[in-house]
Amino acid sequence: MSFINYASREINCKIVYYGPGLCGKTTNLQFVYQKTAPEAKGKMISLATETERTLFFDFLPLALGEIRGFKTRFHLYTVPGQVFYDASRKLILKGVDGVVFVADSQEERLDANIESLENLKVNLEEQGYQLEKLPFVMQYNKRDLPNVSPLEELRSLLNPTNVPEYEACATTGEGVFETLKAVAKLILIDLKKGGR
Amino acid sequence: MFGPQSSLVMYDEELKRINATIEKLLREANAKVIFLVDKNGQLITAVGETEHLDTTSLASLTAGNIAATGGLAKLIGEKEFSILFHEGEKDNLHISIVAGRVILVVIFDQRSSLGLVRLRVKKASDELGDIFQDLAKKAEDMEAGGEFQSPFAEITDDDIDNLFS
Ligand SMILES: Nc1nc2c(ncn2[C@@H]2O[C@H](COP(=O)(O)OP(=O)(O)OP(=O)(O)O)[C@@H](O)[C@H]2O)c(=O)[nH]1
Ligand SMILES: [Mg+2]
Repeated sequence: MSFINYASREINCKIVYYGPGLCGKTTNLQFVYQKTAPEAKGKMISLATETERTLFFDFLPLALGEIRGFKTRFHLYTVPGQVFYDASRKLILKGVDGVVFVADSQEERLDANIESLENLKVNLEEQGYQLEKLPFVMQYNKRDLPNVSPLEELRSLLNPTNVPEYEACATTGEGVFETLKAVAKLILIDLKKGGR
Repeated sequence: MFGPQSSLVMYDEELKRINATIEKLLREANAKVIFLVDKNGQLITAVGETEHLDTTSLASLTAGNIAATGGLAKLIGEKEFSILFHEGEKDNLHISIVAGRVILVVIFDQRSSLGLVRLRVKKASDELGDIFQDLAKKAEDMEAGGEFQSPFAEITDDDIDNLFS
C-alpha cells in the first residue's frame, strides 16, 4: 500500500523479498546496499539471529530519484524464510506493494521453494491480497552452484503464470538489480493505473 | 481508503493541521521529538530535535514493534496494545496508536514525565483522529467523484527507466 504525500511530493512503496530459508533474500538486499550511492540509500537494518539468519526482517530504504516532481522511495524488506517464523512473515506482508520471490535453484531445495510460494499465497490471501494481482517477480537464485535444477523445471513449478523472471547469483550480484528494477517498474505501472 | 489495497494519501492542508497538533503536543508534553508513522512503517511527519535522528529507520522499527506486539496481543486474546512504553537511561519512548492505523511516537527525557506525556497524548490523539477522518473522507469523496488522479497517470516507460540509470 503506497503512501502518496502531496505535501512533501513523495511517494513511498514497499517491496517484500520472500522465499525459503537460506535462499538468498538478505544477500540480495546486501548487494543492493553495497552498490547504491550513499545519497540514495538509508541505513540497512537487519534483525537477525547470532547465526545471521533473519529473525524478523531486513529493511533497506532507497530513494531512486524523481518522477514528475515526485520523489520515489522504495522500502525493501525481507522476511525470515525459516518455516517456524510464519507469524513474522505475515506481519511483514502488511501493506506490501510488490513481491520478489527468491527461489533457491538447488535441486534439494525444490520442495522448500514450492512450500514457501504456497505459504506466500496463503498469507497474502489472509490479508485480502491476491498474488496474481500484485506486482510480482520471480528470481532463480544460486545459479552458480553445480547442483541446480534446470530452468524449465523451476519455471513450470514456480512460475506457471509467466511473471517476469531472472536468473541470479546474489553473492556476486548477477541479476539482483534486474530483479529489483522489474518489480519497481511493475509497481509504478500499477500506480499509473491509479485508483489504488 | 483504509482497505489493504488503497494508498494512504496526504495533502498539504491536512499535513499542516497534523504538524500544528503535534508541535503543540511537543511543547505541552515537554518532549524532544515526536513523529507519526503509518502502520506499514512509512514516516508521515516528524517534529522536534530530529537532526541527528535516523527517522526512516525509526519509522520502520516502530511499525515492526507495533506489528509484533499486535501479534502478541492477538495470541492472548487482546485486540491490540494501544500504548507501549520503553524506558531508557536518558530518553524514553511512548508509542501509541491513533485512529486505528497511525502510530504516534513521543521521545522524552527527564524534563518531562510519563504521566504528563500520557495525558497530553490522549488529548492530541483525539485531534489527530479527527484529522485522519477528514483525510479518509477527502480521499473517499475524490474517488467517488472520479477526481482522484494518480500523479503517475502520465508517466512513460522512459520515466521509469530513467530512475535506474
Ligand atoms: N553460491 C551462492 N550462495 C549464495 C547465493 N545467494 C546467497 N548465498 C548464500 O546463502 C546463504 C544464505 O543467504 P541469506 O541471504 O542469508 O539467506 P536468506 O534467504 O536471507 O535466509 P533466511 O534469513 O534464513 O530466510 C549465505 O551464506 C549466502 O552467502 C548465490 O547466489 N550463490
Ligand atoms: Mg535473511
